[in-house]
Amino acid sequence: MEVRFKLNGKEEEVTTEPYLRLIDLLRDYFNLTGTKEGCGVGECGACTVLINGRAVNSCLVLAGQIEGSEILTIEGLANGEILDPLQKNFLLHGAIQCGFCTPGMVLSASALLDKNPDPTEEEIKDAIAGNLCRCTGYKQIINAVKETAKEINSASKPF
Amino acid sequence: MNKEFSVVGKPVIREDGIDKITGRAKFADDYKFPGMLHAVMLRIPSAHAKINSIDFSAVESDESLVSIITADDVHGAKKVGMIKNDQPIFCNEKVVTPGDVLAMLVGESEAKLHELVKKIKVDFTPLPLLIDPRKSLEPDAVLIHPEEGSNLIFHHPLRKGNIEKGFAESDFVLEQTYSTQLIEHSYLEPEAVVAIPLETSLGVKVIGSIQNPFTARRFVAEVLDFPLSKVRIQQAHLGGSFGGKDDIMCILSARAAIAAMKINRPVKIRYTREESILESYKRHPYVLNYKVGYNKSGKIQAMKIDILADGGAYASMSPFVTWRTVVQATGPYEIENVHTDVRAVYTNNPYTGAMRGFGSPQPIFAQESLMDEIAVRLSMTPDEIRKVNGYKSGSITATGQKLQNHEVNLLTVLETAEENTDFRKKWVENKKDKSQLIEYDFSSPIINETQFISPDRLIKKGIGLAVSFRGCSLGAEGTDAASAYISIQNDGSVYLDCGLAENGQGLRTTYSIIAAEVFGISIDQIIYLELDTGITPDSGPTVASRATLMGGGAVKATAEILRKRLEELMRNEWNLKSDDEIVFQNNQVLITNHQSPITFKDICKLAYQRGVSLATIGWYKSPSVGWDEHVGQGDAYFTYVYGCQVAEVRVNIATGEIYVDKVTAVHDAGKVINMLGAMGQVYGGVTQGAGYGIFEEVTTDKGFIRELNFDQYTIPTSKDIGEIDPIFVEGKDIYGPWGAKSLGEPTLELTASAISNAVYNAVGKRFFKLPLNLEEVLLSKKLRPEDLKRGSK
Repeated sequence: MEVRFKLNGKEEEVTTEPYLRLIDLLRDYFNLTGTKEGCGVGECGACTVLINGRAVNSCLVLAGQIEGSEILTIEGLANGEILDPLQKNFLLHGAIQCGFCTPGMVLSASALLDKNPDPTEEEIKDAIAGNLCRCTGYKQIINAVKETAKEINSASKPF
Repeated sequence: MNKEFSVVGKPVIREDGIDKITGRAKFADDYKFPGMLHAVMLRIPSAHAKINSIDFSAVESDESLVSIITADDVHGAKKVGMIKNDQPIFCNEKVVTPGDVLAMLVGESEAKLHELVKKIKVDFTPLPLLIDPRKSLEPDAVLIHPEEGSNLIFHHPLRKGNIEKGFAESDFVLEQTYSTQLIEHSYLEPEAVVAIPLETSLGVKVIGSIQNPFTARRFVAEVLDFPLSKVRIQQAHLGGSFGGKDDIMCILSARAAIAAMKINRPVKIRYTREESILESYKRHPYVLNYKVGYNKSGKIQAMKIDILADGGAYASMSPFVTWRTVVQATGPYEIENVHTDVRAVYTNNPYTGAMRGFGSPQPIFAQESLMDEIAVRLSMTPDEIRKVNGYKSGSITATGQKLQNHEVNLLTVLETAEENTDFRKKWVENKKDKSQLIEYDFSSPIINETQFISPDRLIKKGIGLAVSFRGCSLGAEGTDAASAYISIQNDGSVYLDCGLAENGQGLRTTYSIIAAEVFGISIDQIIYLELDTGITPDSGPTVASRATLMGGGAVKATAEILRKRLEELMRNEWNLKSDDEIVFQNNQVLITNHQSPITFKDICKLAYQRGVSLATIGWYKSPSVGWDEHVGQGDAYFTYVYGCQVAEVRVNIATGEIYVDKVTAVHDAGKVINMLGAMGQVYGGVTQGAGYGIFEEVTTDKGFIRELNFDQYTIPTSKDIGEIDPIFVEGKDIYGPWGAKSLGEPTLELTASAISNAVYNAVGKRFFKLPLNLEEVLLSKKLRPEDLKRGSK
């Protein structure tokens, strides 16, 4: 079948089997290998991408389901060479160790901040509860998200 | 001109961070090559069976099949291993555990190969199963590896003093048995590797999620019967390891290389999570018997320890894992009379090997539970009993080693933890509240009136602590040395490489910090080269929390060789006096009594013009250690680190649920080089340790693992563990870069024990089996499904 969708801001059209998983479409067809497969059953969140702004496990989505949607992968988050504030804060706070969960983790946090720019710590924990990380114990990740929220809020407030 | 550190100990952004945060970092499965094939494994549903024949006729002529790889294709060693060569690359005669692989199908489509592999007919005869390690050494036990003559993998005895006399002189004797569970590393990245045939004269190249490229190289060379120099291993970005991507990756590298060389095309093996959990090794379950004699004052007179480790189907690292256990089994307590036996045995269970902690979390659970129990019996507090017995400078360990040449900071970390948590006050307060866990009556689910508790009394608070000492690096396990390569370019930028492999924890960043500090340059001037066994010198494995100590020592030594060359050049160039001091800082070089500073870049350019070599390989070798294996005596490790963790928990006395509110982790890791990295080690290690303490467990049924994915094997999420407070006590040491030592493993080994002691403090019930899940806390036993399935059928 033919599928049309927007991928990282660019219109795409592919011919694919409808049952191909979105993660395979991204990794094998578009060579967007920043999306990782950790479990294949929607438990670990390493394959998280944003579909119309929602954080979704791309191992549980089939190519036939994405017609007309907007997909954002980790490769599309930065604005060229300028990092997204979340990416910058992940670096500054030591929120990355092995880095395998990082793309999915950043995208889940990004979906949260788009909807809720001033989350509580519990809301941050909820938003990334579907993204497993074995290295960091999540603390520096949570700090990075908090700091980003703080920056967004101080930038958007009038003097 | 004494200068402060410029980069060491400061928060520094990871050198690979930018690639990991943008998705550009390539992990093993992200590598693709033209003509690349996939390989899929053939297994049988049996934990112990003799293979009579394998019938490939149903798949042989299938067009999606390129090749079948069996034991007949292994031209070199048919069996491999970390220490004993007991593990077949392909099991053509028998299988001894369900993860065993009989053969491999190779083709272009992984999906089609998965269909084909089901059509292969294997004729096998089941053999008697051995799944209880306590039966492994019985005279009539079935032998897992008959050629070994016994199911004993290794026995470490330790004899110090006179155990009988020690018990005779004790006021009290206490005897307890503890057990710990099988757990999975749960690195987020499943195993992946691709082997690429090179030109005939060059051999084969392997790129993979490989923890230790030099070990993988040895395995590949052995099975191909190649010299080491014809096998090049390149490490991809590694998606977590925790000790878990060693043997398994060496074996997968070997399988991929055999196929690639046979077919002459690149061959990739990548595992699903299910295959990863099925075949990869795990943490050893232990059964620990402790008998301890002590006096009214709390002083321990004698300790008799008998430990049994389930090594599973293969020896793997069991001999070394249990060696660390025998050295550290008493805990950090000075005891005159010690009698320890640690044995690892074969079973048909999944095999066990290296995992962060490496034979220490198990005895720590036993000895730290025991210390608390003695304290309570003597009406002492947990800190008091430890102060009576704990190591001080000059103390003699169970192996007869005198602790010297470093600050023995056991009591310092304990006191720091106490002060930061108000430990004693909270411990005494919590203990006063006497309400107990609700005892569940199996005959009637209805609780009686006396058991009724108002909702506001359901949650009880507890605080507990655990302490440890830990030998740094390999100790008497083997040769301990590391090397680094540095090449300074004529514009002052620097290439750096070390033979120890990044495991995701950030050692490349730590090494970059060390080199930047020695040269007085900013860290962005340092380019870290990827590890390639064809270029980088062998430095042994990234294990035993040795990376900062050994690799860091090598990087510092190497950088200092080159700095000395630059100093010499300047002394000659400007006829400096011998007492003119040269200082490298802020990308500049300052010379006392001399004009304006010179940039580092200009000095490097000058060196190039004068023909001074600014590339070298440097070396750091550990001081010697010694070991008498018959009595378990000797200087086991050349230095030690000390840690104390305090856990604060709440326990729901109706459900048995434990909430870990806070863990205060005080560690003397020596000088902290990489502050963000060190904090990350504590957060991550404590979280893993808490998972080990309260819910992680791989259970097996007739050798088969029940929890093959993260839907059943649960690891801590962002919501499971509360606050973690890392505190560093930077004890002085004469070894390592500026006295930096070990941190990665100490952070994990204490948490489960601290939690268990805290739960005792909350509900007055002592636990002898990990993990402290709801069933254990409430019912004192684990509820097990009767077969492989969980939940509704």
